[in-house]
Formats: sequence, structure tokens, C-alpha cells
Amino acid sequence: MRIGVFVCQCGTNIASTVDTERVAEEAKKLPDVVYATTYMYTCSEPGQQEIQRAINEYNLQGVVVAACSPRMHEPTFRRAVEKAGLNRYMFEMANIREHVSWVSNDREANTKKAIELVRMAVAKLRFNQPLFPSRVAINKRVMVIGGGVAGIQAALDCADAGLQVVLVERKASIGGKMAQLDKTFPTIDCSSCILGPKMVDVSQKENIVLHAYSEVESVSGYVGNFTVKIRKKATYVDWKACTGCGACMEKCPSRKVPDEFNEGLSVTRAINIPFPQAIPKKATINSKYCLHFTKGKCGVCAKICPAKAIRYDMTDEVITEEVGAIIVATGYDLFDPSVYGEYGAGHYRDVITGIQYERILSASGPFGGHIKRPSDGKEPKDVVFIACVGSRDASVGRPYCSGVCCMYIAKQAILTKDHIPDSRCYVFYMDIRSPGKNYDEFVRRAQEEYGVQYIRGRVGKIYPKGDRLVVQGMDTLLGIQIEVEADLVVLATGIEASKGARELAEKLHISYDQYGFFMENHPKLRPVETNTAGIYLAGVCQGPKDIPASVAQGSAAAAKVLALFARDTIETSPQVASVNERACIACGKCIEVCPYGAIRWKELKGGIRKAEVLTTVCQGCGLCNATCPPKAIQLQHATDNQILAEIEELCA
Amino acid sequence: MLREIAYYPGCSVEGTAKEFDESVREICKALGVSLREIPDWNCCGSTPAHIYDPLLSAALSGRNLAIAESMGFDKVMTPCPGCLKALKGALEVFHDPSKKEDFLNILGMPFKGQIRAISIVQFLIEDVGLAEIERNVVFPLDGVTVVPYYGCILTRPPGFAQFDDPEQPTSMDRLLESIGATVPHFPFKTECCGATYGVLRKDIVGRLTGRILEMARDLGADAIAVACPLCQQNLDLRQGQVERYRKDSFQIPVVYITQMIGLALGIEPRKLGLHRLVVKPNFLLKMSHGRREGFVEKELT
Amino acid sequence: MERLRNLALNQTFDESFIRRVEEESGQQISKCYQCGNCSASCNYTFVYDYPVNQIMRLIQLGQKAAVLSSRSIWLCAACTACSTRCPCNIEVTRVMEVLRVMSLEEGFVSIKDVEIFYKEFLNSVKLFGRVFETGLLPIVNLRTGRFTNDMELASKVFKARKLHLLPSIIKGRKDVSAIFNRFESWRREKITNES
Repeated sequence: MRIGVFVCQCGTNIASTVDTERVAEEAKKLPDVVYATTYMYTCSEPGQQEIQRAINEYNLQGVVVAACSPRMHEPTFRRAVEKAGLNRYMFEMANIREHVSWVSNDREANTKKAIELVRMAVAKLRFNQPLFPSRVAINKRVMVIGGGVAGIQAALDCADAGLQVVLVERKASIGGKMAQLDKTFPTIDCSSCILGPKMVDVSQKENIVLHAYSEVESVSGYVGNFTVKIRKKATYVDWKACTGCGACMEKCPSRKVPDEFNEGLSVTRAINIPFPQAIPKKATINSKYCLHFTKGKCGVCAKICPAKAIRYDMTDEVITEEVGAIIVATGYDLFDPSVYGEYGAGHYRDVITGIQYERILSASGPFGGHIKRPSDGKEPKDVVFIACVGSRDASVGRPYCSGVCCMYIAKQAILTKDHIPDSRCYVFYMDIRSPGKNYDEFVRRAQEEYGVQYIRGRVGKIYPKGDRLVVQGMDTLLGIQIEVEADLVVLATGIEASKGARELAEKLHISYDQYGFFMENHPKLRPVETNTAGIYLAGVCQGPKDIPASVAQGSAAAAKVLALFARDTIETSPQVASVNERACIACGKCIEVCPYGAIRWKELKGGIRKAEVLTTVCQGCGLCNATCPPKAIQLQHATDNQILAEIEELCA
Repeated sequence: MLREIAYYPGCSVEGTAKEFDESVREICKALGVSLREIPDWNCCGSTPAHIYDPLLSAALSGRNLAIAESMGFDKVMTPCPGCLKALKGALEVFHDPSKKEDFLNILGMPFKGQIRAISIVQFLIEDVGLAEIERNVVFPLDGVTVVPYYGCILTRPPGFAQFDDPEQPTSMDRLLESIGATVPHFPFKTECCGATYGVLRKDIVGRLTGRILEMARDLGADAIAVACPLCQQNLDLRQGQVERYRKDSFQIPVVYITQMIGLALGIEPRKLGLHRLVVKPNFLLKMSHGRREGFVEKELT
Repeated sequence: MERLRNLALNQTFDESFIRRVEEESGQQISKCYQCGNCSASCNYTFVYDYPVNQIMRLIQLGQKAAVLSSRSIWLCAACTACSTRCPCNIEVTRVMEVLRVMSLEEGFVSIKDVEIFYKEFLNSVKLFGRVFETGLLPIVNLRTGRFTNDMELASKVFKARKLHLLPSIIKGRKDVSAIFNRFESWRREKITNES
């Protein structure tokens, strides 16, 4: 075999701690290596041209590049050798940057290790075979999981481009957290006014299928060909018949159901439409509180529904959707502040969370948009906001910043002054994070124009005094302890991963970090892609962010899907398992261990069966190869012989 | 059921906290617990020793632990949270590889460190159990509102105390409820009362203890239950000083949790040391039944 | 030492002080992001010269003299509110304890009365094996010039029949004073090694 070795200097990244000239010299001495050289920036255009030139001039049949990590530039060099006429799998990379030059400053040891890695790469290359990818058809339908603003944006963008969209939302209505907000910063736009039209668009566009009150049950398949089972939960109301008139809600006798949309500040009926602008505007029965289900009585809603839409005998329905790509936009939950015993651990009714205050401020909220204390309904005069509750706090396992609280506190303080002109607002903060467009000016406005008193320091304790609350905090700028008597205290609770996020990630085979936020492929360069081909992320499920960023990511994810669907077929990697039928003893162990269900039985003549790999499903994990007793199944481009060649070279 | 436990009384119970020791002994007798006082125990050193060096306090406390260990005990109970902190501190020093050798040299006694230290409250909850106490109640504290004041170090910091909750503990609440008392939500359960500053700084105790008394009064408390000799001293013995400092009047009796339990178990008030309280326990007048008549006539009227 | 008003950092930054505090307390001082929760929770802030978060800040700035001569560290009651509430999981109480030890070693104690109280307490323990409350309080009052302090309490305690007129002297008091002696020679050696 005729092999060429190219040792990259990568500027000083490699050359400063590795003697690249010597590496090339030693490489030249290896059997089969007919050409070896060093180059400053091999991945650059002239660098790639140098490789192509050498392939032609020296009739190379295989190329080794000793440079950065293959995760960085393997695709680059594969394309380069392919342009020069070689099969792209007749190429190996030795990582002498992330694994050598960036690890140590010991030039001698580094050079020695680099030489060894090059020898190993050459040894493997000798066993490489040309491989050829397959092409599969793409199902140009996209599924969006999550109907918050990010998911809505993604769905609309995909639909506008003519794609078929399936939107799955686990609550009875789409809209997510944004639908619960009163106004949005920094423009003080009414949240439902700007979100509402988008929600209506989702329901009216012909190419969007909306499955609300539904959850993803299982996912199988691969990019271009996913099969998703969705559980449509029983609403006990036939949504095809229901007109959303609300007559059932008026007459339902079960009135003490905690209203989730109003964050427990008010009650609703057992049969209910979540909020006036709900999409779909359909009723759902909460069987835990419905008298028919708990006591076998009532049945009023069935009697009075003009559309005869009530179906007490409804059961969950599991349906199957086939799609080519999935966008995950499942949003977030808010931190539960009852772990803070010093703030009353949920015992004081007038110590509420940011989202609860948002509902109080909202005209469609529990008090019709009048700010009232939950305890006695009186209008508060002194309102204290406490920042960083469950954020930037290692002691409760949330060391990160939630990014939006500084802004929503300023907004809520401004709105409080609008509603109650003689009110006094205080904000206890550690830092102000207001990086967006017009954000800092907004926070300054709160202080300069609206007279909101910002006090720099945390709050140690909240305790009752009569029917008011005393907030005992610190002003670190002055170095004095400050006590503020308040009528209402708003805890700006932070963002945490959505309930069920981790379980969903496991179904999708995507990763999540220690907080449950889904992992992007690259934090800077690929924020909406995951490590799983065909699955994209949008919105807060990927990490705390504000509405503009969530909307942007929704559109970005849609763009990625559109790029994926721009062709009719996609290439699948040939680095998959392959069965040598003559060696296969039909024990079936590979079929059992394959996590992707990519191996099946193939019936041959005479009743004999052998294992067969579904090349488009196989993800190239190699578990079958490791398990197979006679080693009949081999992972292409990482066969036993290839790996053993590397090991033997190293041990020689 | 005879439970046996090593008992470390601590110096304050010989003087100003005498009734704490008395009531602990009485209720243990009634609940079938055999208290084995560590023979010839010495002062744990407490805060003063600790500031010279944690090793001094560790060694002084260590002597008591070593004696208990040599008697075959794996647990020692003490009513004073300050002593508990010192005893636990000794164990922490013993288990610290960088300090163990010096500790043992200064201690000068064999010690294996196979002993735990707990408070009387923890002992009642975990070793005796609420069910057992409830079973033995003869005179429940019906109609008596008792505010539970835990003090600042019984349950804090959580990693060191390893008992109950540092902000909203419930052990004393549950003990009081099991003897029939009404226990309101008390926001200052673990806020410091002023500790040893009663002697030197009347302003500190006036403010901190005063806050506790004021909140208890606002909650309609008939009594405050405590589990620390220093807290009891500040809240009871110095209640007059606090009243003068704040130009206010509280007149709330401050009783040890063990005295409360003892009353419910039907033990005579004198045996529980209730006659030693400076602010008289007038809530006894509220209790609908007996064993208190002789006491009430003599001490309260 | 008067409260710091300005600072020439290069000349006054004592890195070895920070290292010693970190080593002996086992806490990483740089973790503190000065949120002020400790001071907000500290019931003694109202009598401190530097609130506890500023003590932490001074350590971060390597200001040994200011910290060790502060009144705050000697008015701290080690109630652990700060440690319990720190969002960075710093055990501030341990830092304060270490500062007291260092302050005493270097002779910086700013509140003499407290030093007297603790010294007499330990004398009682060394002599009798236990603290003799009735003896301790008059001695402290005498030595701190508080001649009528707590006099009215004496009668209350007497009426309650818990006035201890004699000290309990334990049999093992020789063992206890031996512990003190061994400790003192260990301490002397430690201070010599450090200087």
C-alpha cells in the first residue's frame, strides 16, 4: 500500500510542544509510507491542496493526517482526499493536539507519543477498506414537541415553508409559560396579544396537526425516518364536537379545583377550559376532582352540553406519527421556593412567586387584574421583590443564573407602580443582568422614573408582624442590615428543567446536563442541534433564555430542518455493523444487545438463519461486535483487525 | 422497656439550669430510661476553650467521651446544646487525620472514637419515640398554647447538627403536640437569643431575646418551651432585664421541654423544678386537671 | 484599629494570611461572592464594626490587621446563622472561629471584657474541673469594672434555690489540669514554629 503522512504544525498549537519535523522523519521510515511531510495549517485551502497534490504525484492509496481531533476536522480531510480520487475511508487521523500538544509541555515525551500515534494510524490504515454510504428517503414531515413560544415559532416557520408539521403539547392548550405572562419586557407588550395570533395561526394552518393534551410515548428510527408513538390522554370530551362554549364550566358543581393556570391562586371547575385564549378552545375533565369519576354521581355537564360532547368512557389513545425530523421545545418549570425555610417555606400566603404575581397582574388572572394580597384581598402598598431565589445558589443545587429574573422583576415593579401609583417597590438584588437590546435602559427606568428602590444584598429572613411581613436583608453597599415592612413579597424564582425532561431525553436518545437541560451539539457553534441526527432543540429546554432568544432558536431549528429536507434522500454513514454470514453461528446475542433494534434474523434456504444488520438503523456503537462469540459481526471502519493492528503497533 | 444511655449533664445544670437536669431525670425515669451519668465528668470547655484552639475544647470534651466509651457506651446524651457542640467537635477533630495525633496526645487517654453524641430532644424523638410518650400522657396540656423555641445551634448548621431542619424544625413541635399542647407557627424558632452576652451586653440580649418574647406574646403564647440552658436563662432569668430595656412587659413563663413533658406525664411540678422558674408558670392554672393543686396554691397565687 | 477608609492594596495585601485562614477553617474564601446573606441573617450585625460579609471581604483583600483587630469577631456568638444560609456553602462560622484563634495568638483582641470572661471561665475549669457559675460571675464583674452588674439576679437565683454556693470539685481535676498543661505546651510549640 502507498501511504502519505502529513504532520500538521497548527501554527504553534502543535509545533510549540511537539517536534513535528522529527515525527514526519520517523513516519517516512515506516513500511508502506512513501511520503511524509509537515505543514503549517493543513486544514487551510493550500494545506488541503498539498494533500491532493501529493496523492496524485505519489499515487497514494491512503492518507494519514497527524493534527487536531477528528471531531474537529475529520470531515474536512475526508472531503479533501475524496476530491483527489480516494475513497474517504482510506484516511486516518492521529490526534496530536488535544491528546498530545495541549496536554503537556514536555517536548520529548510529546514527540515520542506523537510518533507512536502516527505509527498506530498507519497500522490501522493498512487494514482499511473503501466504504460506501447508503442513501435513504426522507420523510418530509416534522414533529415539534412542546407548544410554547419556541415550539410555536418552529412549527409556523416549518409550515410556512410548506412542510407537514405535527405539534405535540402535553397541556390542554398551547402557549406555555408565555401565555401565563401579563406583559413582556422591555416593551411592556401584552403577552397574550402578541402570542395569541401565533397560537391561532397554529390552529388554522392546514399543514399543522395539533395534538394537545398528548405526550410522546416512544421514539424509534433514525434521521429522516422516525416513528413516534403519541399518547393522546383522555379528556373525556369529544374535541371534534366541543365548541368551547363553556356552558359545562358554568354548571359544574365541583368548584374547588386548584387552578393550575393561575398557579393555585384561584379555583376552577373539574371540567374546564384553561384560559380564554386557549388553543384548542376545548373543555377537559380533571378526573381527580370530577364527581362522576370520584363518586359515581353528577353528570351535569353531559346533560347540558349543547353539542353532546361529553364522553365519560373515553380512554387514552396511542397513535403513531412518522416524521423525518423532531424539534424539541419542551420549555421549563419554575423553582419551588418552599425549600427556603427562612422565607416561610410556603407558609405565608403573601410570600408569592414571580409567576404567581404575573397572574395577579394579569387581567385574566385570579383578581381580574387588580393587585390584591392573597391573604386578605387588600391592595398592597409596599411590595418587596427578592432576586435570585433558586438561582446562583449552590446550596440548593442551582448555581446557574436564570437570566430573565432581573428583567421580570423590573417589569413587575414598573407595572405595580402603574396599577397602584402610591405604592412603594423594593428590590433586593445581588447583580443586575440586563444584556439584551434596551434591557439595561429598562432597568434604569424602573429606578429613575418609577422610583423603585433597589437594595444591593440578599434577604436573610422574612417574618410576620401583625398582618404584614418584615423582610430582613442586607445593603452591602452601605454595610448595614435593612428591614423593610412589606404587604407583599415576590420571590423571583429561577428556571429549572421541565418535569419529565430527562425521561423524554432518554426516549429520544439525546443528552442532558446535570440540571436536566438538553445538550446542544456545540455550545457556541451548534446551539440548536443535538448529538442525535435529525433531532433539534429550541427554547428554554436547552437552557435559560428570554423570549427573543427562544423565538430565534425556534426559527433556527426550523431552518435546520428545512436544510435537512432540502434534498430528497440523505446519506447514511457506512460505519455500521456487517455480518459475515459464514462465520455467524445464529446465537442471536447481537440481536439481544443492540440498543437500536438494528439487527434482525435473515432466513436462508434450508431453514438456516443468520443475523442481518439494518444498515440505516445501525448507529455504529459496536456493542454487537464486542458481544459476538465468533466475531462474525464486525463494525466497519473499526473492525477487530483494525483495532488489533493499532494495539500491536503500540506494544511493539 | 429499659433503655440505657450515657448522660452528660454539663456545668450549667449544677447551677442556673438545675431544673433542666431535674426534669430530664424525672421523665427518663417515667419513660423507662436508665440514665448513666458519666462518672466524674468535667466541663466540656464550650466556647471559651474553643477560641484558644479547637483542640483544647476537643480534649476537654474528649475526656468525657473516652470515659463513656470505656464504659461500653456507643451513644451519649446531653441536654445542653453547647456541650453537644463541644462533644461533636471533639469527634470531628478525632476523625480529622491532620489533627488526630495531637488530639490524642493532649487528651492523654485511650479513645477509639466509636461513640456518638445526641441532644435530649433527639433522644426523645429517635430513641424513645413520640408514640411511647403519647402512650404515657395522663394530663394533656389541653388549651395551653406553647411556642417552641429551639435555639440557634440545636439544629444548625445542618451538616454538623444532622438533626431536624435548620429553619423550620419540627421535633419540639411534635413533642409538644404529642402531649396535647397547641403549637402555633413560630417564625423565630432558631434565631439566636443573645447567648452568653447576658452578662456583658444587656443591649444584645434586650434586642434578641426581646424579639422572641414579643413574637411569642403576639402569638398568644401561654408559655415558651426551650431546650437550652442559656436560652432559658436569657428568656426567664433575664426577662425582667429585657422588659426594662424594651420598656415593655411580657410575663411569659419559659419552661424546659422536658418539664412540659413531665407535667403531661403526671409528674409533680416540684419534682420537675417548676418552682425554680423566675417567671411563674401561670399556665398551670389553665390546665383542667391535677397534681398541680398543691403547687398552684403555694407558688402561683 | 479605626474602620478602613482607603487602602493601598499592593502594600497591604497579605496572601499568607488568606492561606492560613483557608487552611485552618477548611473554607475557600474566594467562593464568597459577597451576596450579604450572612450579614442579613446575622443577629449581631447591629453591634459589629464590620458586618460579617465585610469581614469576608477584608480577608479576600488580605487585610490581616483590620480583620484580627475588629470588634466583630469578638462579638460573634457563633450562632451559625451565616453558615446555615450561605448560598455558596461556606461555613462562615468556622472562618470566624479561626479568626478568633489568630486574634488571640497575635494579641489583637479588641474587646477586653470578652477576653476576661473567657479567661476566667477556663481558670475555673482548670481549677475545679467544672465551671463554678457563682464564683465566675462576680470575678468577671470585678475585673471588668461592672460592680453592680446582675446584682438583682442574685436574689432571684437564690429564691429559686439554684444558687450554688460551693464549687463542685471533681476527682479527676488533676487529669483536667494535665490536659490544660499538655495543651499549653503544644500551643507554645505551634506558635514558635509559625513565627
